[in-house]
Amino acid sequence: MTVMASQPVMASGQPMAAEQVMGLPGPEPDAAAAPDAHALPAITVRSYWQSVGYRLRHDPATLCFAAIVLLIVLAAVFAPLVAPDNPFQESIIGRLKPFGWRGHLLGTDELGRDMLSRLLFGGRVALLMGVVPVLIASVVGGTLGVIGGFAGGMINTATMRTMDVFYAFPSVLLAVAIAGAMGGGIANGMIALTLVFIPPICRVAETATTQVRGLDFIEAARASGARPLTIIRHHVLGNVLGPVFIYASSLVSVSMLLASGLSFLGLGVRPPTPDWGLMLSTLRQSIWVVPWVCALPGVAIFITSFCFNLVSDGLRAAMDVRM
Amino acid sequence: MRTYILRRILYAIPIALGVSIVCFSLVYIAPGDPLETVLPPDATAATIAQIKHIYGFDKPIPVQYVIWLGRVLAGNFGISIADGRPVILEVGQALKNTGLLALFAVPLAFTLGYAMGAVAGCFPGGWLDRTVTGAAVAGVSVPNYWLGIVLVILFSVQYMWLPATGMGPDGVSQLHLLQWRDLQYFVLPVITLAMIPIGIIARSTRAAVAEIRNQDFVQTLRAKGLSEWAVARHVLKNALPPVMAVMGLQFGYLLGGSILVETVFSWPGSGFLLSKAIINRDVPVLQGTILALSMIFVATNLIVDLLQSLVDPRLRRG
Repeated sequence: MTVMASQPVMASGQPMAAEQVMGLPGPEPDAAAAPDAHALPAITVRSYWQSVGYRLRHDPATLCFAAIVLLIVLAAVFAPLVAPDNPFQESIIGRLKPFGWRGHLLGTDELGRDMLSRLLFGGRVALLMGVVPVLIASVVGGTLGVIGGFAGGMINTATMRTMDVFYAFPSVLLAVAIAGAMGGGIANGMIALTLVFIPPICRVAETATTQVRGLDFIEAARASGARPLTIIRHHVLGNVLGPVFIYASSLVSVSMLLASGLSFLGLGVRPPTPDWGLMLSTLRQSIWVVPWVCALPGVAIFITSFCFNLVSDGLRAAMDVRM
Repeated sequence: MRTYILRRILYAIPIALGVSIVCFSLVYIAPGDPLETVLPPDATAATIAQIKHIYGFDKPIPVQYVIWLGRVLAGNFGISIADGRPVILEVGQALKNTGLLALFAVPLAFTLGYAMGAVAGCFPGGWLDRTVTGAAVAGVSVPNYWLGIVLVILFSVQYMWLPATGMGPDGVSQLHLLQWRDLQYFVLPVITLAMIPIGIIARSTRAAVAEIRNQDFVQTLRAKGLSEWAVARHVLKNALPPVMAVMGLQFGYLLGGSILVETVFSWPGSGFLLSKAIINRDVPVLQGTILALSMIFVATNLIVDLLQSLVDPRLRRG
């Protein structure tokens, strides 16, 4: 997935970039060993983000999957404009029809509603459930992790041991337990998923914070009289946000899968709202009539989560974060 | 070694207690009075007060927890709202059926995943390597219940080779695992459950094997004149501990994933029980099933850690 592009020769003896001090490699680490020694030493020093952008631009696979993700997002956002039909329009004579029946490109569902339109609208719930819980969990879990990691001692132990308890549940089980006890609905599903994602994100943030906490520049900042909040804002966050962002981006597809699973169990949106998981669950009864139409919502879930996964992998490679 | 085992077991106790607290609080995050889920809707005020006293709902919550924990430890998980049977019986029966699925799915996933990953790691860049890498990404992106539906469409709807749902004509009471008549019901759920863990285990095995093949001691083994097979044996043994950790997690994934897969196949296991409990809003059954499954997961993690330290003595010092 990573494309190691040949780099211009870097001048030796240049000041080390801050990223290198903190363990994140800056511009290509093997740049000094570039084979073409006769070329003029074109000195281009890229900042961390410039080199990330450079690596991303030279990774066609990730760009391609990012384009598909963008397409899916646009299709969901502009579903009312794109969809060929009203996703709620039922038809008694047009129930469970195969692909291409009377202009219904992807057939119709058990109430005669156009599948393509429902799939497009279903993307809205799927993306919402994929992104929102991860966002909230990143903020909450990240904050807890940074506080725990920076404070150390009892506070850290207390936070992390609490998180360990939630680690002791398989994620599906925890999501189903919380959503099942609170009752279905989008809001409850989001709360359940957020609670599922806080512990792992907290652990990532805590690990990253603990790693930088002991480094000299933190010591120096403390010696110069900086207050803890200032140190966290200026020196810790920059090193924690990268890993947390990468980890969270890999959770988006997990969140979508879990959310669709919840609504498959009847814990998600209420009918007739189009949602991929719910559609799978209601169409499951009709696999003997139009088998492949019934499998379509799963295809949508699979493609979306597959692309999100690959984009996240590409980002990880470009940002060179190891966890 | 003994101190390590003892310390690891002691460490599992607070985790198990924490898990039980989470399960205990499930009743309280359910909307409405927790009693509503226990009482029949036509109960009189006197009955309510009496039940409240019996269940200890008139006491402070920490005290209630201790009482509840005592009941659970004695094997009393409460009464199912849906059919009035003791939850422990329902959960026990369901766990037995899930266990039967796991009996086939777990060995299948672990051996096939490890074997595929090992071969892929020993021949990096080969066709199996690329297949494993691709299949693993697909594996984490695919909803397993949908995989089950697709398998049913393929093998039951299109070709009618295998039964789509259920557990066989006689249920678990007269199950003959050696007869095709009963065994055929296992094929699709087991494959569905095992498919995703196979991909994930294969990928982590591949990564572990590839990493260890780069270490100096492998070079030494080769220089010593060992055959490739003997070198591979050393590498695979060293790759086992990290893979075992992944296997432990995947066991939990199998347990959790069984919720959805069993729903698809109407398999009368713990997952099916859970989804029925959700539909009926049967909180005692929900609580009991979650508690049982998560305790199994805690125990598995403990066993995996101990096995890891058995294979890799370096871990015992940690």
